[in-house]
Amino acid sequence: MSTPMRTPIGPIDIEAERDLAFMAAVAEQSGQDLKSCYQCGNCTAGCDYSHDYDIPVHQVMRLVQLGRRDEALSCRSIWLCATCQACTTRCPNNIEVARVMDVLRHMARAEGRTPERLVKTFADGFLASVARHGRVFEVGLAMAFAILSGKPMQDAGLGPAMLTRGKLAILPHKPGGEGQREVAEIFRRFREGPRHAPGGTKTTAAPGGEAAK
Amino acid sequence: MRIGVMICHCGNNIAATVDVEAVAAAAREFPDVVFATDHMYACSDPGQKTLEQTIRDLKLDGVVVASCSPRMHEVTFRRAVERAGLNRYMFEMANIREHVAWISLDRKRNTEKATDLVRMAVEKLRHDRPLTPKSFDVQKRVLIVGGGVAGIQAALDCADGGLDVVLVERKASIGGLMSQFDKTFPTIDCSVCVLGPKMVDAGQNPRITLHALSEVDEVSGYVGNFEVKIKKHATYVDWSKCTGCGACQEKCPSKKVPDAFNENVSLTTAIGIPFPQAIPKRATINAAYCLKLTKGKCGACEKVCPTGAIAYDMTDEVVTEKVGAIIVATGIDLFDHRKCGEYGAGRYPDVVTSIAYERMLSASGPTAGHIKRPSDGREPKTVVFISCVGSRDRSLNRPYCSGFCCMYTAKQAILTRDHIPDSRAYVFYMDIRANGKGYEEFVRRAQEEYGVEYVRGRVAQIHPDPETGKLIVRGADTLLGRQVEVAADLVVLAVGAEASHGAPELAEKLRISYDAYGFFMESHPKLRPVETNTVGVFLAGACQGPKDIPASVAQASAAAGKVLGLLSKDKLESDPQIAQVAANRCIGCGKCERTCPFGAIRMRELRDGSKRAEVVETVCQGCGICSVTCPVRAIQLQNFTDSQLLAEVNALCRTWDETTES
Repeated sequence: MSTPMRTPIGPIDIEAERDLAFMAAVAEQSGQDLKSCYQCGNCTAGCDYSHDYDIPVHQVMRLVQLGRRDEALSCRSIWLCATCQACTTRCPNNIEVARVMDVLRHMARAEGRTPERLVKTFADGFLASVARHGRVFEVGLAMAFAILSGKPMQDAGLGPAMLTRGKLAILPHKPGGEGQREVAEIFRRFREGPRHAPGGTKTTAAPGGEAAK
Repeated sequence: MRIGVMICHCGNNIAATVDVEAVAAAAREFPDVVFATDHMYACSDPGQKTLEQTIRDLKLDGVVVASCSPRMHEVTFRRAVERAGLNRYMFEMANIREHVAWISLDRKRNTEKATDLVRMAVEKLRHDRPLTPKSFDVQKRVLIVGGGVAGIQAALDCADGGLDVVLVERKASIGGLMSQFDKTFPTIDCSVCVLGPKMVDAGQNPRITLHALSEVDEVSGYVGNFEVKIKKHATYVDWSKCTGCGACQEKCPSKKVPDAFNENVSLTTAIGIPFPQAIPKRATINAAYCLKLTKGKCGACEKVCPTGAIAYDMTDEVVTEKVGAIIVATGIDLFDHRKCGEYGAGRYPDVVTSIAYERMLSASGPTAGHIKRPSDGREPKTVVFISCVGSRDRSLNRPYCSGFCCMYTAKQAILTRDHIPDSRAYVFYMDIRANGKGYEEFVRRAQEEYGVEYVRGRVAQIHPDPETGKLIVRGADTLLGRQVEVAADLVVLAVGAEASHGAPELAEKLRISYDAYGFFMESHPKLRPVETNTVGVFLAGACQGPKDIPASVAQASAAAGKVLGLLSKDKLESDPQIAQVAANRCIGCGKCERTCPFGAIRMRELRDGSKRAEVVETVCQGCGICSVTCPVRAIQLQNFTDSQLLAEVNALCRTWDETTES
């Protein structure tokens, strides 16, 4: 397990290095009161992906509380989070921790920070597949991912067994009825960019939005 | 009439946003006002002296002080005008701090509003009349609700001070939570050994009448003269005959009754004495499990009872007690850990609450002081304690710190290492709250001397390992920044405090306030910590908020001191601000009698057969409901009569007219 990333030596000037705009942006886009986190660690305790994280989730929260933008946005944890929401469920202060992780991932992506390239590759491929077919086409996605990941044979062994059990279809299924058109409409609306809702509340970017562009 | 007005600066509290000199200048133009000034602190000694001197020098008939809320200083100023020879009700207060200065920074409009409020107060004062309080006799007895350590302490202190005490306890024995504890922190002395003698004293004191297995049903009356109906639940044993010999308990064939005193860790019989030190030491039948009461068969206890005390046909009984004051000491309940699904929600037998563990540690407990896993009876070698279960948790609507769990957890960890020397004890904590005398040192002893391992972080989940039979406790070590796991033989949940069940209902019977969590509200968080907003009702112990034993005992003695002070007087003065009936206007319709929430109005029949309403002065609380109900305005609240209130309204509307016209 890798050790959490730290400023190498010397004390941190917590006042000078505090990015207030970043703190406000995370709070606004996530809709969470980050000040209410008292660092009990229950999010980390319940997290099933902690073993792969470079920074445990409660420390990601702490980085946001201290406005340490660079460290928060460059960590791998925000890309490895599976949004299973165990952290959100466990939080004694009702913070939607998974949503904060999500917001950080979007911010990182918007800046072109993708320390976990494969996660981005998969998410992009998934959304491209949905955009084209109206639902995900597993075989196409798997083949595209195999090639782009640079490890074309890593999951190939599973293919025959899944095919014979009917888990994979050779050709894409299209959603019935109006399905494909409705999905296409969602992507079209997203490409037009975020609009302001009638009540004046600002809508936040949908997950994986960049991929559709 | 000659009226004086004083406008208070309250330092900068008022003067910063109200032009106090302008308000005083405006007041000089009001009718009957012969003098108006401003003062830095009207409530200060020089302020009051100035007020008194001015009343004498200018021969004033009444005074208006514009300052803070009457809740703060009305009594202060009424006393001052009284010292200067005026009737204390020839005084009006205009609240220009809370109602003006503190709520707006607009100096011009604040000054206008302050002037309006002073104008209203002057108009009210012009319609005021002197009022004289009446005095009434007091009952030199006190009711104490709840027989835990706080209630016992309050009862003993009151009895010691010469009062008769009525002590009501919901359970079959007094003693409360403290009687269930094994040892107490930070001294590790035996809990029941120090509490027991006090329980015996309370049981034997001739001044203390004990009603166990009883609840307060109804409260009426007022300070000095409360009338309390107490429901005594059926015990099915005549306690005047029962000697507490225990023969019934030995013979009772219904032996699968969950033992509530032992937190259901063990079973007991349908008839019995709750625990060896119980006071009163009398047997009670648990009607839900008694074969005679449920199926009509058995009668074993009746056969063996040497004094013929068994009474299957006993029913609940209501007794009435008259008291002059009431101390509420109903204590707390502990958080129900079954709300925590992630800790097994009560499904894992080896995840126990701290109070159940306390019984397991106790020599008189279900395991005779040997720590045993409930699942298989084996001695646990690794015990994990989890702090803040039902405390500091907004998601469970328990945002407050229960205050004592850190300490009892340290104590239980020490006792664990003491009972099982080759055991390991882990405490998952967030922060350690140890701010009592010797408390911090005690926690350090747990860590340093007893080697208890403290891990800073919450526990997310517990799941059993079917192969080893252990419980895998998954938490975080936030100091390390890592997820951690402990394979535990036994897990103890440090459950927090919550308001005693039924606390809000009792508060409503007593007409006292309670907070969002059901804890009773003191009259002032700092300066009136044992009083409530109902005169004559006092608070002791954790019913007011989570407290440990020393704090509960201290507050109980404080409440007893307050009661002894109150009831040291032979007579109390009644508030003259009560309803009064103009007999010549009353048409005897009886609407006021029906609407009065205190039963303070009686209908009196005249010789010609017609009826008139009559106010029982000592019962009337001055709420004014009758006054607005009366169709002919015959019943008026003294000091708040229609003419007085309308004078204020007119004063306000007149200024409004002037402002809108200009």
